[in-house]
Amino acid sequence: MNIAPKTSFVLSRRHLLGIEGLSAHEINGLLDLADEYVELNRQIEKKRTSLRGRTLINLFFEASTRTQSSFELAGKRLGADVMNMAVGNSSLKKGETLIDTAMTLNAMHPDILVVRHHASGAVELLAQKVDGSVVNAGDGAHEHPTQALLDALTIRRNKGRIERLTVTICGDILHSRVARSNIILLNTLGARVRVVAPSTLLPPGIERFGVEVSRDMREGLKGADIVMMLRLQRERMNGSFVPSTQEYFHYYGLDKKKLGYAKPDALVMHPGPMNRGVEIDSAVADGAQSLIREQVEMGVAVRMAVLEALSRNLPNA
Amino acid sequence: MLSDRRPILLANARIVDPSRDLDFAGDLLIAEGVIREAKRGIHAAGVPEGTEVVDCDGRLVAPGLVDMRAFIGEPGAEYRETLASASQAAAAGGVTTIVCQPDTDPVIDDPAIVDFVLRRARDTAIVHVQPMAALTKGLEGHELAEIGLLKAAGAVAFTDGAKSVVNAQVMRRALAYAGDFDALVVHHTEDPNLIGDGVMNEGEFAARLGLFGIPKAAETVILERDVRLVALSRARYHAASITCEESLAVLRRAKEAGLAVTAAASVNHLALNEIDIGPYRTFFKMAPPLRAEEDRVALVRALGEGLLDVVMSDHNPQDVEVKRLPFAEAAPGAIGLETMFAAGLRLVHNDDMKLITLLKAMSTRPAELLGLQSGTLKPGSPADVIVADIDAPWVLDPDQLKSKCKNTPFDEARLQGRVLRTIVAGRTVFEYVSG
Repeated sequence: MNIAPKTSFVLSRRHLLGIEGLSAHEINGLLDLADEYVELNRQIEKKRTSLRGRTLINLFFEASTRTQSSFELAGKRLGADVMNMAVGNSSLKKGETLIDTAMTLNAMHPDILVVRHHASGAVELLAQKVDGSVVNAGDGAHEHPTQALLDALTIRRNKGRIERLTVTICGDILHSRVARSNIILLNTLGARVRVVAPSTLLPPGIERFGVEVSRDMREGLKGADIVMMLRLQRERMNGSFVPSTQEYFHYYGLDKKKLGYAKPDALVMHPGPMNRGVEIDSAVADGAQSLIREQVEMGVAVRMAVLEALSRNLPNA
Repeated sequence: MLSDRRPILLANARIVDPSRDLDFAGDLLIAEGVIREAKRGIHAAGVPEGTEVVDCDGRLVAPGLVDMRAFIGEPGAEYRETLASASQAAAAGGVTTIVCQPDTDPVIDDPAIVDFVLRRARDTAIVHVQPMAALTKGLEGHELAEIGLLKAAGAVAFTDGAKSVVNAQVMRRALAYAGDFDALVVHHTEDPNLIGDGVMNEGEFAARLGLFGIPKAAETVILERDVRLVALSRARYHAASITCEESLAVLRRAKEAGLAVTAAASVNHLALNEIDIGPYRTFFKMAPPLRAEEDRVALVRALGEGLLDVVMSDHNPQDVEVKRLPFAEAAPGAIGLETMFAAGLRLVHNDDMKLITLLKAMSTRPAELLGLQSGTLKPGSPADVIVADIDAPWVLDPDQLKSKCKNTPFDEARLQGRVLRTIVAGRTVFEYVSG
């Protein structure tokens, strides 16, 4: 079943480095295209050929099972040759690795590079050094655009719209690229965005992002349509940013009771991987209001849409 | 040309001498390494035989600049900058005295190293080099350096370079002890614990870039503490590089209380702000960081009022290996010896301050604080003099810079004002050749 997608949307830029700078039209175009891939991915024959002959390299300087496999599957379903490079944090000087690796890979003429790096701005720096398209798969605490897109697709498919929904993002906003990309995307599409976290996990200046800021779950969740929980890294729970796991869960962990502050039909999301019992209770994570598994499904479709839309803009396409 | 020590007459000049608050049209005569006289009409009265007569055509003649903070790299990091290469850059920028910092390898915390730097400078540098020595041994913030012996060897001030002394007890004793030798203590005011993972000014812009911020409190906490410790001592204290409005309030209170407290800002903090970082431009990564526009404006105003004493270059050469990195991993610092005057002139051209005010902060005040004879055009003073066209427009081409590293935030910037001639101890060490 090799029919071209109905949506003819083209992302008229070479790279996808962030949600910042994308218009509502571009975001909706990607989501429309992704919608078609959701249906495709549910069929037995999932293969397309639009990226046939193209080489996609997954370059992950920071380990990630789900994002990397999601991109790998997306590339393969579109017919690209996919290579995974896990660079990791070796003892090599990190910056040398970044530029040197970029130059080395560039010499192999990849069409698309999917890059994750622990430093904010690193993917943009790398994009300046290569000839193909670069997709940011997460850079430091800066952006993770495909996560925000898959979250938006999940919301849109479940709520029918994004505009005027109240979305509350809870947890470690300070270190979260997911939060930044989501805030920008949701604002662009006209949602009302709130963030809830203890002050130590909020970046100074966050109130100027066009969000309502709260330190209290009851206040922040009131009337929410969507509750997005963020992962809290283990090294930040032991007194450096919050006193303990127990105290964090008590005040900020999403359990049935706190979820009750939101709208009765509120839906729960989490970018994963989850710390059950830290930021989210298992009963909620696995409960009827949870979209967490659906997010993973949407991830593949969104990444197919991004790769497809960028590739339509590649030379000789 | 460069070794010529004939008398020089700088005729038909706009002579600005901030040390005496003079700004007039006249001539300046230099002979035997000193300024003979500066007045109207020397030309007409005749000059000694063999004098090189320079028609300045109304251009500026002023004391050579005294740059109070430059990180050089000799000894130990000659690939970044040598005293020779720094002095070439300085001469081209109108800086006649470089005050180098002690964070070399080995650290300048031993009188023999002071002596080494002075001898290397004498043999290789074309401008004056005055070293600051370490305030604490190894710049580690634990034990006092030999302030007395280092001063006797020629150190002009004491500092831990780009590091703050975190331990307040050590700082108190350093100030008390330095006071006994009338030694100037110069301090970088940034609490490393409050800096934490921070790499730029804290606030919305850092949050948008996903970079961790450095709060202004990192600076004011140390500055406020230091001022209170200065009050317990007889020391002369100078904040090496302040960046924000809140620090100016601390400085103002200290001065009003009659304490011997002064402060400098880098020309970068007077000409640029955090927005210039744009998409992670590492040439704008500085320590302390560039702040918000309100802070820049406050610094400019404080300079105009005389609250802020000194403008320095904060010259810090870093090669591409440590700059072409993700922002958080890149080294901070920018070169500035060659551009400090032109960058500072932006403030004059914007009518933020008078030319004499800028020149005072770049020559007279630092010379006074360091106990140097320069920074003035008074007859009998060392002939460290510049001739400059303050209006000449140019675009900075990093390849033309004389510094070994090209990490300038003014890369491709439009500047107005150029040094035409730099005279050190009566000798012309730099002449601008157009084209």
